[in-house]
Amino acid sequence: MFELKDHNQIQLNSEGQLKHFLTTEGLSRELLTEILDTADSFVDMSAQQVKKVPLLRGKTVVNLFFEASTRTLSTFELAAKRLSADVLNLNISTSSTSKGETLKDTLMTLHAMHSDMFVVRHSDSGAAHFIAEHVTPDVAIINAGDGRHAHPTQAMLDMLTIRRHKGAFEPLKVAIVGDILHSRVARSQIHALKTLGVDEVRLIAPKTLLPHSVDMLGVKVFTDMSEGLKDVDVVMMLRLQKERMNSALLPSESEFYKLYGLSNDKLAYAKPDAVVMHPGPINRGVEIESAVADGPRSLILNQVTNGIAVRMAVMSMAMSGQMTEKPQPAAAEI
Amino acid sequence: MTTGQLSVENLLDKMSADLRELLQQRQIDNPLLIGIRTGGVWLAERLHQQLEIAEPLGILDISFYRDDFTQVGLNPKVQPSQLQSTTEDRHIVLVDDVIMSGRTIRAALNELFDYGRPASVTLVTLLDLERRELPIQADVTGVTLSLNPDQCVKLAGPEPLELIIRQRS
Repeated sequence: MFELKDHNQIQLNSEGQLKHFLTTEGLSRELLTEILDTADSFVDMSAQQVKKVPLLRGKTVVNLFFEASTRTLSTFELAAKRLSADVLNLNISTSSTSKGETLKDTLMTLHAMHSDMFVVRHSDSGAAHFIAEHVTPDVAIINAGDGRHAHPTQAMLDMLTIRRHKGAFEPLKVAIVGDILHSRVARSQIHALKTLGVDEVRLIAPKTLLPHSVDMLGVKVFTDMSEGLKDVDVVMMLRLQKERMNSALLPSESEFYKLYGLSNDKLAYAKPDAVVMHPGPINRGVEIESAVADGPRSLILNQVTNGIAVRMAVMSMAMSGQMTEKPQPAAAEI
Repeated sequence: MTTGQLSVENLLDKMSADLRELLQQRQIDNPLLIGIRTGGVWLAERLHQQLEIAEPLGILDISFYRDDFTQVGLNPKVQPSQLQSTTEDRHIVLVDDVIMSGRTIRAALNELFDYGRPASVTLVTLLDLERRELPIQADVTGVTLSLNPDQCVKLAGPEPLELIIRQRS
């Protein structure tokens, strides 16, 4: 685990603009709203006949995925291409025990490639911050998921999806359900939801899948799903992270589904116009009933579309933030 | 010209007369009128009425095509361009409120060409501020203005349309 420095100091340039996108934590409501507004204009663009804009033309974007992914990788690739960037996908699997050294060595190779932006997914928490701290200036880093720490673009596409369907954040009760302990998505969502000012953030999970410091997050915790879903406007399901579990934290998948799976019966406890979201890929019959996932309240496919727009937004904002960074004034000569 | 106001209505009358004559000369009888957001759209709407063009007006937002994106950053409130028809093989009349350096028009042309290959583009502008940085000229101009370095001009609208010249403080 890498030591995490002050989040704002590294993500923002001297004008307070985004120059890396590493975590939703510590970003102001204004900045998160700017990301959403920018993404909104890109969503509208996707419906046009001309889907490409020249914002990142001539720039090289490298997708550096140390952890396997198809969905996130392909949406980042599509987003960069729609901004007219040149895209390189590097799938690097890592098995070295001394992770820090491996990353540093990799970074030296990357320096030589003269890329403008790296989109990084890594199984170690703090990896994206580490890279952002050690990369040359002018290079933007976008965190595509680091360990259990953060997945900020997922959180922002979720926020955009909520805003596009529900409007204002203030009146909303939002429930996050499932394997919260292992979820970087949940952490980023919680920070974003709190900053954007929703009425209530609720976590619904078995005690074994809740993080230890959960009281510090300012959320309401439920282990009973029917209690937790009462009057909720947005239900955000999480994937059961089977590959992350080191110990037997659950009796069985079917037991999990019985208690924490989102079926139509459970959904009935929420508001009649509540919407359902899931970052994907969904485990049908484990976290969510097919009828719900495919049903009229599901925004799962909207999330995918919005994901491209949000990634276009943070990539263009970070590139712009890098390029408008004022160089530090040299010492005055008298 | 120093401080004061110019009559946009009068200028519009002159511009629509000039434009009508120019389109006749060029034998263009089915132009596609496109306004550049925001001032150009207000003007294009007037011209659209005055020239009695049946086809809906197109709207171009050039924010994503600006060449100074790296200096000024991204405008978060961009709305999508609205072009009902394709630009392929059409005679386009492009309308903006001010031409100064010429970069906005270059951005607009780049964007138009992403939508298709026009047969021609005729440029109409209300104001020419004569501070070109690129070799781009309007075909129809309302008025040419030479401003002092401490002056700036703005088209206010949509109702009423007014040109306001200000001294920068």
